[in-house]
Amino acid sequence: MSALKKQIEIVTSEPACEKNQAKSAGERKKGCGKQLTPGAGAGGCAFDGAKIALQPIVDVAHIVHGPIACEGNSWDSRHSFSSGSNLYRTGFTTDMNEFDVIYGGEKRLYKAIREVVEKYDPPAVFVYSTCVSAMIGDDLDAVCKAAKAKFGRPVVPINVPGFTGSKNLGAKLAGEALLEHVIGTEEPDDAGPCDINIIAEFNVAGDLWNVKPLLDRLGIRIRACITGDACYRDIATAHRAKAAMMVCSKAMINVARKMDERWNIPYFEGSFFGISDTSAALRNIASLLVQQGAPADLLPRTEALIAEEEAKVWARLEPYKARVAGKRVLIFTGGVKSWSMLAALKEIGMDIFGTSTRKSTGEDKARIAEIMGTDQHMFDELPPREMYRILKDAQADIMLSGGRSQFVALKAKMPWVEVNQERHVAYAGYDGIVTMVEEIAKSLGSPIWEQVRKPAPWESEEGSACHGDR
Amino acid sequence: MATVEQIKKSCAVNPLKMSAPIGAALAFLGIDRCLPLLHGAQGCTAFGLVLFVRHFRETIPLQTTAMNEVTTILGGLENIEQALVNIHKRANPALVGIVSTGLTETKGDDVDGYLKLIRERHPEFAGMEVVYVSTPDFVGGFQDGWGKAVNAMVGRLAQPAAQRSAAQVNILAPCHFTPADIEEMRDMVEAFGLNPIILPDLSGSLDGHVPETFLPHTLGGTKVEDIRRMGASCMTLAFGEQMRAAAETLRLKCDVPCIMFERTTGLDATDRLLHALAQISGQPVPARYRRQRSQLQDAMLDGHFNFGGKRVAVAAEPNLLLELTSFLTDMGASVDVAVAPTASSVLETLPLENVVIGDLEDFENRAGNCDLLVTHSHGRQAAERLGIPLYRAGIPTFDRLGAAAKLSVGYRGMRALIFEIGNLFIEQQEQQHHTQHLRETCHEPQATCACH
Repeated sequence: MSALKKQIEIVTSEPACEKNQAKSAGERKKGCGKQLTPGAGAGGCAFDGAKIALQPIVDVAHIVHGPIACEGNSWDSRHSFSSGSNLYRTGFTTDMNEFDVIYGGEKRLYKAIREVVEKYDPPAVFVYSTCVSAMIGDDLDAVCKAAKAKFGRPVVPINVPGFTGSKNLGAKLAGEALLEHVIGTEEPDDAGPCDINIIAEFNVAGDLWNVKPLLDRLGIRIRACITGDACYRDIATAHRAKAAMMVCSKAMINVARKMDERWNIPYFEGSFFGISDTSAALRNIASLLVQQGAPADLLPRTEALIAEEEAKVWARLEPYKARVAGKRVLIFTGGVKSWSMLAALKEIGMDIFGTSTRKSTGEDKARIAEIMGTDQHMFDELPPREMYRILKDAQADIMLSGGRSQFVALKAKMPWVEVNQERHVAYAGYDGIVTMVEEIAKSLGSPIWEQVRKPAPWESEEGSACHGDR
Repeated sequence: MATVEQIKKSCAVNPLKMSAPIGAALAFLGIDRCLPLLHGAQGCTAFGLVLFVRHFRETIPLQTTAMNEVTTILGGLENIEQALVNIHKRANPALVGIVSTGLTETKGDDVDGYLKLIRERHPEFAGMEVVYVSTPDFVGGFQDGWGKAVNAMVGRLAQPAAQRSAAQVNILAPCHFTPADIEEMRDMVEAFGLNPIILPDLSGSLDGHVPETFLPHTLGGTKVEDIRRMGASCMTLAFGEQMRAAAETLRLKCDVPCIMFERTTGLDATDRLLHALAQISGQPVPARYRRQRSQLQDAMLDGHFNFGGKRVAVAAEPNLLLELTSFLTDMGASVDVAVAPTASSVLETLPLENVVIGDLEDFENRAGNCDLLVTHSHGRQAAERLGIPLYRAGIPTFDRLGAAAKLSVGYRGMRALIFEIGNLFIEQQEQQHHTQHLRETCHEPQATCACH
């Protein structure tokens, strides 16, 4: 059995993933996520998922070993922010040509790693395989091992060719690579009792920075965010954290569970989207830390901070309430975001028309049904045409979704707000919810809607036998 | 005549190049009621889709055969069949453009063979045309894919005609024509009383309009019937080297003569085009274009001060690189750095001494002394690091509005470019004066900087 096969089997039998556990052995073998349908597919490949999950490690050089498509068509398109190095935004690829496909690409890859090390001197190099390099049998592990020995720094193979499956599977395999090659390979010299890991938070548009000041005030240190705004060393020393929070429940559950198993780092699943979720997350972090030996006064201090911040945020939201209250919102996004956003929007008085549940676990779905009070309009799938009809018929007043469906809403002349990884503003934490509500209010209140929906004067005259200008 | 230097390195850094399959897919997006289908893994489609969505700010119909490990090894017959069944059921397009990828080309799928089998098994597909084009990711780049797709379309669809229409001309548009360029081109041709068939026609599908319905295929573009009628045209006008193969196919298959236009931006280039249209149609050049020509001359007179002696670095696909470097040298600027992502016979014809085949790292390393950078949006990081303004040209332009509305063909196109780029130079000059003035006043110990 190939190493990759073994990895896939490991992540698809993840005991902490209840979706996996609900499957029969046969189903589990088929892997995570839906079987992909030719001619009706949507979404990225496993390589895409691995890259999204790991690229936010900012000081690492990420080299894609494949033909130009994999990196050339996609680089510099993700909005994970960095407070330090910008090396992660540099696109590196072996840009394999016909010659490499025929004679093998290992030599080129090795030379590529050398060039990158010589020119950019990164603390570590991540090397991603792709469909073509995997098919021709390039031995990524062997090249990385040789390069590691030669260049005296970690060179980590990420064996996740696109055809392995969905983006989600790719993220999990990326997590396995971190567990195997990075986490626990270095010792910190400053480990403390209030160190936490935040897992599967990618600092999209600076989300993490909305939360970090809160943790700073409590004296809680982020040992490693896996992987948003992280340095290689943060991840390598992550095993010395005392507790962990799992943010995007489906993406890296394997990392959280195994870190608990190997290094006794308990974790909980939570979210920083919305007021009550942010408060709950802070509470959970504090209580896990105390349980792990942090001073007990952390709990009352956390409660005090929550009380203060909640009061502040409600006051800040007050002016928007009248502008958004009663507006019906359609949410089309994945996993944990669906329910945590729902709760947040309910909090400020919006009506939920419907939500997607396509990446949600059973638990996510139960939470959604609870928040909505009904399981009506929970869409596992919502083809663009159907989405367009809902919006065109004005069954909802606004849609929140990823960039992919942006133009479905806009062509229906309906307000739309970006909530996925392509967005440019941070929505996490107490500040984030204010920003999100502000975005929603701005969009709903834009003067353009009335103008663009109004027919041209001659259109309204049509049929009334107008001979005016002719 | 330029010397072409291929940069030797193993790792491309900050790629300038994009893949041939998505170039081919974009060509298919210029066909009415079409659905391009990438034969590869899901990601091959997803990356292209996101790229086009960000550039055009439109929904992009683009499908995948969703190959996985097992189907890759066994061959993609079933995936293509199932994809066509699903597409026929859900979208029922007039044309499916199947584009191969690195994945399926490494395996060596015989797609032509598959399609024969599938046609036999599915008579219900009779009304759905399928064109296949082979575009391995590891050969050539975006414009090569575009050229191959157009060639495949005319090769499969265009029919030889017994009778030729004296008023009908074929326009083969390269991938650097924006929807606005195509509209301008159509206006010019129609102004001579000619009926153009423009292939591909992104101005119908991706010009940024609000259609009244939502369908999972393109809405607008060249009609399949019109591609069939291209054999009855009296002339093919092909723009850019990448369109030569398709023009040749039309000539060999349907006996339609062809005129090649290497360039379309510029006074000379537009003169040549209008002169050709006048000869084909037997009509005089309309007054409107004589006026526009004079307007362009005036813009050149006004603008040459700002371009003269300026040093510019340009990185773009070969055909676009020719247009941009020629324009800049026509205006008196000096193109110190020219980078292309792929080889092409066009490169030797650039009006420069040197051109480099490389990436945006090579571009950045050479452009430090320039006054302006010209490339697609991926040049933004280099521009930021070097502190040099960036004029965005080509695909992708994801961090500015109106990529589809940019005009550079015809007299009006060159005039628009003079104004846009000239204004960048003016702004830069004013800033430089301002900084210099500040520096000088601050150097005197007693002087205060609050003089403004």
